[in-house]
Amino acid sequence: MLTISHLQVRFGRHTAVDDVSLGVGPAEAVGLIGASGSGKTMTSLAVLGLLPSGARTGGTVTVDGRPVLGAAAPAPSRLWGRRLALVGQDALAALNPLVTVGRQVAIPLRRHLGLTRRPLAAAVTEILDRVGLPAETRRAYPAQLSGGQRQRVAIAMATAGRPALLIADEPTSALDPTTQAGILTLLGRLPEHGTSLLLISHDIAVVSQICHRLVVLHQGRTVEQGRTAEVLSAPAHPHTAELVAAARAMSLEAVA
Amino acid sequence: MTGILLAATGLTRRYPQPRPGPLARRPVRTVLDDVDLTVSAGDRVGVVGASGAGKSTLLRLLLAVEAPDAGELRFRGRPVHPGPAGRLRWFRRQVQYVPQDPYGSLSPRLTVADIIREPLTCLAVPGDHDSRVDEVLTAVRLDTALRTRRPGELSGGQRQRVAIARALAPAPAVLVADEPVSALDPPVRVAVLDLLRDLSTATGAALVLVAHDLPAVRRACARAMVLHDGRVAEAGGVRQIFDEPRTAATRALLAAVPRLPVAAAR
Repeated sequence: MLTISHLQVRFGRHTAVDDVSLGVGPAEAVGLIGASGSGKTMTSLAVLGLLPSGARTGGTVTVDGRPVLGAAAPAPSRLWGRRLALVGQDALAALNPLVTVGRQVAIPLRRHLGLTRRPLAAAVTEILDRVGLPAETRRAYPAQLSGGQRQRVAIAMATAGRPALLIADEPTSALDPTTQAGILTLLGRLPEHGTSLLLISHDIAVVSQICHRLVVLHQGRTVEQGRTAEVLSAPAHPHTAELVAAARAMSLEAVA
Repeated sequence: MTGILLAATGLTRRYPQPRPGPLARRPVRTVLDDVDLTVSAGDRVGVVGASGAGKSTLLRLLLAVEAPDAGELRFRGRPVHPGPAGRLRWFRRQVQYVPQDPYGSLSPRLTVADIIREPLTCLAVPGDHDSRVDEVLTAVRLDTALRTRRPGELSGGQRQRVAIARALAPAPAVLVADEPVSALDPPVRVAVLDLLRDLSTATGAALVLVAHDLPAVRRACARAMVLHDGRVAEAGGVRQIFDEPRTAATRALLAAVPRLPVAAAR
């Protein structure tokens, strides 16, 4: 599905990503974890073809075996929607404030699935239902929704074209814990519906709720990857051990 | 100095809502409804609740930024009313605030020393301000060499320590912290929470920690109050509240806390 091998991203003399390798298989949820500045977001931008100008890259990134990095890469717009999609931290920034939810969700459905008229209206209702929003939400403007509802709309739009891979970059860090739990449940169901997930977060506790495998970044390098339960119970790298210890210290059971 | 520091009784706050129509009466929503909170010296109290439960409103009332519609706030028995900064100086020296966002709350143009000195100047705190800067930097476990740096050169955890040092500078009796760790990486979160707890123990300053993150409250506080729809759902020791929650509101908050899948294998 997605293969990143020895990815490097540099800005002048500053190395943002030094050596990152990871893979996401079909119907798989993979968590990418690291502290602020570890290179998580730059890795995701490299996959999406959205690196800022001035970035120099090395290594390879392939989606379905086709390279998406470097000169041979297709225009990002040919990948987005059907192959790749992104959900960011700030759903309000991803939505047009002047367009109702229904019309916004219709845009990717029309573009990627070629739907019009009645089938389009039915698909809008169906996809809102799939992300847990009532049909009336279609008439609302983004500002009239709560943070969690907006993130659900952003997920509906990102998954409308049934992409093979969804990259979710800190999708819940702006939400309160109750709302976060709902969004995680929603994202965790995507692999069953054919969309693999790369979930990026600084919080190992959040990621391990729904991810089958974990990849740990530290100072721009992948320092550890493995099955979630194994990484949590026997972290191999000292940095992973630190993240797991912090998560344990902040879990309710551990303090008891 | 022991005894009761902050005493809030029957705090109630209502906000007008938008008119549904041109001739309709303006509906009023009660955001905080008859909330009592007493903070004594050395107390560490957590205030938890879901979004919209009234946490931030309570915080604004406790800091006397806003006046309650009913109820009152007293500090060491003296009534506190929001008003001009000069009249509240005595209160501000005693009750200080640690904000949530260590990126937005520090002026990017000031040095660390300027930032920490500011409340000392504004509140006309007597004493040598320069040596106080070094004292509080040491208290928050930052190198005093950082005093000439600007926030842009610091990490998120360092910035939050600077914000805590600024709040500590006037030697307040109460620190009120609003979600002080939610913007930080988990390992840094643990360190900052432990710092707040240890500072409270070492200086005797009471801590009021507002958070929707229950483990944070459990780690740093001795008591907790759960707000739900503007009312106190339950209050008591953190162990009692988190181990034997008595209300649905508390149980819902607990259920939303991420759990590590292999925690049982400990």
